[in-house]
This record gives sequence, C-alpha cells and structure tokens, in this order.
Amino acid sequence: MDANELLAWARGPGFDIALTIFVAGMLLRLLEVLALGNKPDLSPPRGSGPKGAVQTLLSRNLPRKAVFDREPLRIINGYVLHIGFFIVLFLYGPHIVLFESFLGFGWPALPSGMIDAVGAITILSLIAALVFRLNNKVIRFISTKDDYVAWTVTLLPLLTGYMAYNHLVASYTMMLALHLLSVELLLVVAPFTKLTHMFSFAMARWYQGYQAGRRGVES
Amino acid sequence: MDDLTLGERLRQRGVSRRGFMKFCAATASMMALPPIMIPKVAAALEQARRPSVIWLSFQECTGCTESLTRSHAPTIEGLIFDHISLDYHHTLQAAAGDAAEHARDEAMKKNWGEYLLVVDGSIPLGENGNFSAIAGVSNLEMLKEVAEGAAAIVSVGTCAAFGGLPMADPNPTGAVSVSDIIKDKPIVNVPGCPPIPTVITGVLAHFLTFGRLPELDHLNRPKVFFGQNIHDRCYRRPFYERGQFAETFDDEGARKGWCLFKLGCKGPTTYNACATAKWNEGTSFPIEAGHGCIGCSEPNFWDAGGFYRALSLPHANVGETILTAGAAGIAIGAAAAVLNRKRKSDAVDNRETITIKDLSKES
Amino acid sequence: MSGLDAIDVEVARPIGLTTGNALPILHEIRHALEKLAETGEPKTIDLSSIPLSPEDRDQLLDTLGQGEVEATLDAFGPSNIRETAYPGVWLVQHMSPQGGEHSTLIEITRFPSLLLTPEADVKDGIEHSTPTRFEAGVIKRWMI
Repeated sequence: MDANELLAWARGPGFDIALTIFVAGMLLRLLEVLALGNKPDLSPPRGSGPKGAVQTLLSRNLPRKAVFDREPLRIINGYVLHIGFFIVLFLYGPHIVLFESFLGFGWPALPSGMIDAVGAITILSLIAALVFRLNNKVIRFISTKDDYVAWTVTLLPLLTGYMAYNHLVASYTMMLALHLLSVELLLVVAPFTKLTHMFSFAMARWYQGYQAGRRGVES
Repeated sequence: MDDLTLGERLRQRGVSRRGFMKFCAATASMMALPPIMIPKVAAALEQARRPSVIWLSFQECTGCTESLTRSHAPTIEGLIFDHISLDYHHTLQAAAGDAAEHARDEAMKKNWGEYLLVVDGSIPLGENGNFSAIAGVSNLEMLKEVAEGAAAIVSVGTCAAFGGLPMADPNPTGAVSVSDIIKDKPIVNVPGCPPIPTVITGVLAHFLTFGRLPELDHLNRPKVFFGQNIHDRCYRRPFYERGQFAETFDDEGARKGWCLFKLGCKGPTTYNACATAKWNEGTSFPIEAGHGCIGCSEPNFWDAGGFYRALSLPHANVGETILTAGAAGIAIGAAAAVLNRKRKSDAVDNRETITIKDLSKES
Repeated sequence: MSGLDAIDVEVARPIGLTTGNALPILHEIRHALEKLAETGEPKTIDLSSIPLSPEDRDQLLDTLGQGEVEATLDAFGPSNIRETAYPGVWLVQHMSPQGGEHSTLIEITRFPSLLLTPEADVKDGIEHSTPTRFEAGVIKRWMI
C-alpha cells in the first residue's frame, strides 16, 4: 500500500472504526462504573455534597504541598506533559478544523512554529516520564503492561506529528498517514487502558469531593 | 521528413544564434537546471536529432494535448514540440483512418527500438478491453503492440500515469494505468490533470538534451518537477503558519489571500510544480486564483475524500459517527451493567455460609 | 482585443506579502561579485526558480537600481539587458516572441554573454559582406 492509499484508508474506514470504538468503549467503561451505584447513605449530612464536589473538581488541579515536596520534578514533568499535549492537540490550526466539524464552533489557533516547539518539549517530557517510572523502584515494581502501552500510544501521535511537520524520515503524505494511524491506534486502545482517566478524572474528583463534602470533611 | 538537428532547424526558422542561446537558457530554466548548465544544454540541443514520437490517446479527455498546445505563437514549448517528429497523434495529425494507422506502422518499423511512446488516457480492461478501441483494436492491444518497440514510454496526465478519472469509484470500465500493463520498459509518469505544459516539454527537452529520461521518484515522476509538494512552495504558506485561514470562498480572509486549508486545499500531500512554474507562462495557479489545490497529480485524487474537505478531516461526518457510537456505547454499557448486577445478585444468592467449625476442620 | 476589455476585472492580491526571499538573493549576488573580482568567474542566477511574490521582486529590483548601460535584444522575442546600479550586476529580462515575460536572470559578469557577438555569426557575416553584395545594396538604395 503506498502513502496515498494508506492516507485514504486512515481518513476513511480507519477513522470510522477508531472513533466508534473510542466513543462506544469510553461510554461503556464509564457507564459500567456508574452503574455500580451507591448504597444509600443513611447518615445525616454534615455539609454539602455538591459544594464539596465542585470544590474538589477545581482544587485538585494543583497538588497538595506534602505530595509535591516529595517528588517535585516528577510532578512538574506531569504538568508539562499534559499541558503540552493539550496545546498541541487543541491549538493547532488543522486540529481545530477537525473539532469545528462536529462541535460546530472553532477557536483561534497558535502559530505552527510555536506548536512545533511545544510538541518537541512534550515528547521530551514523555520520555522523562518513562525515565522517572523506571528509576523509581516502587513505581517500576507496580508498573504493568497497561502503563507501557498507554505511554507508547500517547507518544506515537506526538512523534509522527512532529516528524510530518518537519519532513523527517518519509514523505509528508506517508508521515501524515502514519500520524493518523497512530491517532487511530490511540483511540482504539484508550478505553481499555488507564487512559480512561481523561474522562474519569472528573468522575473521581466529583465522587470523592461529594462524599467528603457531605460528611463535612476536607477533601 | 527532414533530418535537421534542432540547431539547424531553428536557424532555418530565422532564429539567430543569440536567439538560440536565449532558447537554451529558457529550456534549461524549464528543466530546472542551474544556469551553469546552459552551455551544455546548448551544445546538446545544437546536435539533437529528431526522435520519432508516437502519441497514443486512449480513455482521455484530450486535456493534456490541449494543455500542451495552448500557445498562439511560437514559444519554447512549441519549438521543442515541433522538433520532435510527431508521427502519430489523433488530434494533431492531418491524416485519418487507414492512412493514419499506416503512418503509425511505418514509423514504428523505421524506428523500431528507438521511438518514444507518449500515452495519454487510461486503458480500460473491462469487456475484454473493448470499452475503448481505435480502428478496431482495443487500447490494451495497441498499447502492448506499440510499447514493444519503444525506447521509453511517457505517461502524460494522471489518467495514463495512475488511472485518473475513469478509474474513480466505481471504475465502470475497469480502467488502469500504463504502468499496470507494461512492466518491461522505462516509464516516466508526468501526472497532472492536466500536467503543466512546461513540465511535459521539460521531459521531452531532457530526452532531447541528454538522450535519457530524468531522475524519477518512487511513483516514477521526474523528481525535478514533482520533488516538492505545493505546500512547501506556496506563497500563502505564511498564513498557514500563522493560523489565518479563509473560511468560505470570497469571505474576508479569502480576499486577503489567506490560506485555503479549510476549503480543502490538498497542497501538503500533492507533489507538482504549480507553485513555482505556475500556469499560462507563469501567470497564476489555482491557489493564487483562490481555489484550493485538488491534488490532481496524485494517484486516486478523485476518491481522496472530497475537494472541499480539509486534509485533517476524515471522509465521514464526524458528528454522526460520534452519535451512533455513543448510542451503541450506552446500549452496551446498560447491558453490561444489567449483567453485572445479575452476576452480583447471583453471587449473593449462591453464597455458601461458612462457620468457624468448617474452617477449623480444614487444615 | 474584443469586448473582453470592457469587463471590469478587479484583481485581488494579498498586499504586502513578502516571502523574505529577496535578501538571500542579494547575498548571493554579493558573493558572486566577490568571486568575479577575485577570479573573473561570472555567475548567473535564474529568478524563476525561486518563489518570489510581486513585492519581493519589487524589493529586489528596487535595491539593485539602474546603472549606466541599457541594451535591447531582438532575437527570438525581445529581451532587455541593463546594468544595475552595482557594476557587474546585469539584469537580463527575456520576453517570449508574443511579448509575455519568459524569464528573468541576474548575470554577474563584466559583459553579459548574450551581448557578445557569437564567433560563428562573424564568419557568416563576412560571406554576406562581399564587395558585390555591398555594391548591390548601395545600388538598390540609390535606385529606390
């Protein structure tokens, strides 16, 4: 299959399959958890559940001081990784065109030179994250295949996107096709790995904040 | 049929030596050779004999020939084209019927092994090749026959090079490209719908000057013309980089000459010389005229998902896919939840009670 | 031409768009001039191979300016060859036989190659300048 055929497949059946599995898979996984339900809490509430939930949703954007002080570099690296990823995904012109197509609205883009730089930083940050994981005995011990798979499928779109933009290794058409295929791989794999955290983080914060808020304790 | 060299022919036409040098400079420029090569081009063209060229037109729209002959007065392209001995060409030849076919046979016999075969149009395989026939001979048979004695084959236009429009889904005539049929001759693909005239004659000029075909890429296109994509040479690139796109035709951004990515421009994945060589002797090219590149020099460009659909968009309607998948996910999720509950309640029901006495009995 | 001229056509052009390619060409010209001064080696730069917007071209040509010498050539279409304000830098503009701009070259040399009379032309000219021919020419003009 040459580059053009690969690109046509990636933009055609490939994308349909990947997006379907991603949406259906994510909903399935999240609903499974939600459907477990809660036993009714018969104790009288001492605070407000919803207030605690909202507060926690916002407050957990920053780490606790005690946690941060133990591993500042690793945590800062985590921020660089996530923020970098968001910038590249949501602020690059051609990507915004994709979101606009189903959201119905778009937003201003950053210059592509900037996106290129941020992309490079994010790739380095991902590699640093792997180094942190392997160097910490405890984290390495509890790491599973899931961790490494999630790392790989997150790296590949960034790497192929960077390579396509900078005309590295193969023709632009081929690198673009590989970029789309790597994104499709990410979409297909994500619902079945820890990458569900991209949606479930909100559920976790809400749930734990609600529980704590209802009991009138800090969360 | 005379046997003058190109230099002698030009002088016969009243083109002076200075005129010839000008001609060589323009030809070198057309072949994208650096000016230092001009004396070499001059020396080669001075001695260039007339190659016999047989042009076969198959399942085509004649756009490629039109592109090549769109000159009202002698131009560089015209002179190069005149210098080749065009022994067979449906549109341009004066002869017709048996006389024309006879002329072709004669030229083939006389120049066997040395003539250049130029093909435009795709070759239909359906109905035993009879969707397109000339003088009772299917295109398929004629191609095989004429290719046998050719020194090289030039597939002009995307139809001959890659199958083009006839091959677009659902390909009712079973159209294929020249390369799909002929496997044992050197083939140059000069795609484009149509190709830029100077690119066609540039390849011919290269053949005249150096006696061989230019360096080719992985799709057998001359690297010198098809080595860069439009995006990398587009004058609107600064707008792409800055994220300034035209949203619709003739809107504010379009009038300011902003990038046409959102309007479906396929510049990034299209390899051709349009952005530098341009059309109509350097007048303009589609993007400069305000329409995105349709990728006409790439294989299967007709089926690449729509001319007005941006490259970063998939072919399908994304919103619809999400909703359908969402519905499926919710359905499966609900079913899974029900199953889980049932399993849980079954486990509760089937739970065997164990007392301390049972435990102490086991050892 | 025809009534086409009566149609009001507004040409929309991005204003002030430069690719920044004029400056590298000017540097190339400077390097070539240095080479010319050192070794006498000429150089030609073909402007059609480099993407230049109209603004870039104007920038480039304005910077080069106009010198003392200008020559027109009428061979296979008109051409204009003129020395720029920088001695040794010649602007060669070729037009095709029907007047369309064909190519623009910048020659860094002490004398543009196209202006120098080709040797073979001199020899051909001698043939046509025999005494009989000259006489015939003079008589012809006298007779008219």
